[in-house]
Amino acid sequence: MLDSTHRFTTLPAAPGVGYKPQHFAQIMADATPVTWLEIHAENYMGDGGRPLAQLRHLSEKFAMSVHGVGLSIGGEGALNADHLSRLKHLCNWLNPASFSEHLAWSTHDSQYLNDLLPLPYTPATLTRVCDHIDQVQNAVGRPMLLENPSSYLAFDESTMEETAFLDELSQRTGCGLLLDVNNVFISATNLGLDPRAYIDAFPLDKVGEIHLGGHDEDADDHGAPLLIDSHGREVADPVWALLDYTLARSGPRPLLIEWDADVPDWPVLQAETVRAANALSHIPARP
Amino acid sequence: MSVDQTHFRKALLNSALPTPEGLSDGRGHPAGARFSVYRNNVAVSLTEALEVSFPVIRKLIGDENFKAVMGVFLRQNPPDTPMISQYGATLPAFLEKFAPLAHLAYLPDVARLEQALRESYHAADGSPVEPEILQSITPETLMGARMTLAPALRLVRSRWPIHDIWTFNMEPGAPQPAGGPQDVLITRPEYDPLMTSLPPGGATFVDALRQGNTFGDAHDHASVGITDFDLTTTLGALIAGRAIHAIATGDTP
Repeated sequence: MLDSTHRFTTLPAAPGVGYKPQHFAQIMADATPVTWLEIHAENYMGDGGRPLAQLRHLSEKFAMSVHGVGLSIGGEGALNADHLSRLKHLCNWLNPASFSEHLAWSTHDSQYLNDLLPLPYTPATLTRVCDHIDQVQNAVGRPMLLENPSSYLAFDESTMEETAFLDELSQRTGCGLLLDVNNVFISATNLGLDPRAYIDAFPLDKVGEIHLGGHDEDADDHGAPLLIDSHGREVADPVWALLDYTLARSGPRPLLIEWDADVPDWPVLQAETVRAANALSHIPARP
Repeated sequence: MSVDQTHFRKALLNSALPTPEGLSDGRGHPAGARFSVYRNNVAVSLTEALEVSFPVIRKLIGDENFKAVMGVFLRQNPPDTPMISQYGATLPAFLEKFAPLAHLAYLPDVARLEQALRESYHAADGSPVEPEILQSITPETLMGARMTLAPALRLVRSRWPIHDIWTFNMEPGAPQPAGGPQDVLITRPEYDPLMTSLPPGGATFVDALRQGNTFGDAHDHASVGITDFDLTTTLGALIAGRAIHAIATGDTP
């Protein structure tokens, strides 16, 4: 384990950023107002070299969040035991303030498809995902946060609302939730729903972290808006407004800016984190 | 109607198949082209992962060809691990058998070199022996010594000038490749892999050391059929690359 023992046991209710190696020097010099960083777990599962050396340095200055993108918690098959043990190894070594994954599937019959694929919300899916979350939390030895997906389509067989599904998962497994406000806006726009009604129905007391990212605009076969979760630009204005709406109800939370495609120079990303800090500054702390 | 993941995946990887039934736009229409968002995410994200790992292959065949060839590759060889930075380890073998590119016979070896560079980048660190320790060993003792080489060390042997093909495509001002075979040693002095084109016999020498032969035996292997095996250059590359991580001189007091 790294020698940063227990200095950062929870993520602060402050701006954080998805870490990109090209920003290493600037982040180490001055990352204001960023106080915590999130990494994609799968990029730090090698045996050594620069990626792990950078993590050693970063974890001395910043609270760290390990965010998995490849565990396939919603998969119909069993979880990948090798991958689970790699996650456990990384979490034991880095001792992050938070560990999170997605409500999605990505692996089937040992083939990994590198995308967060959607699930029908049924009692059968609920049971399966709960079993997988129990396995993950037991293996990694810490509670996890589960993130709401961005949706481009809906399953006819679904019998539960996504918010009720996530609430039930959290109650059964004790996991917390990661609320991606951009995903809420994307899914609501794509499926013709009201994003504020989604926030109203979301169990905000379970939210340990909020994500913000940019999306692209497209249209479907019928000319209806189709938003794509690209993480390749600034957070859109209506998503900032939805964040304000959320924070007014949830109280302050750790806020992460995600920018994964066409990654800009640090000052552009930093400006987004300043905007996140401003959004937090209007929110009184809660007991 | 329920859509299982076997069905969903098949349609993801085969654009000729219709969008699975039982999926909608949330407003009462079938999902239709909305399914292509997932199809596109899978193909584009995997192609981008291969672009990052095989930049020279991309330059050699051009961007359009690269996308088309990788589209074939990723459908035949989807990743078997979520560690996407490892994806493409089977690309050299795929290129070996990919008839439309058979006229570029050096491509598989260039892909092997890129794969080896990536493995070296992520390999374990270890701790190199300081050069002074090596210099303090007498020649007699050295001949009987065995060496542990760095986890980040890789060897790629080729009948093509793969080192020069790589540098010509990646380093501005690098000379055009001449013909002839090249054996490449990859070391990682700190965090960035370093390539060295070895003299004749050099790869045999390094490989023999790696397999646990004594320094003297490795030298004998390397000298077979080669007049004046250039030990100085080969050993110099190992030392400069901080690739010797332990020396066992078991037969000395």
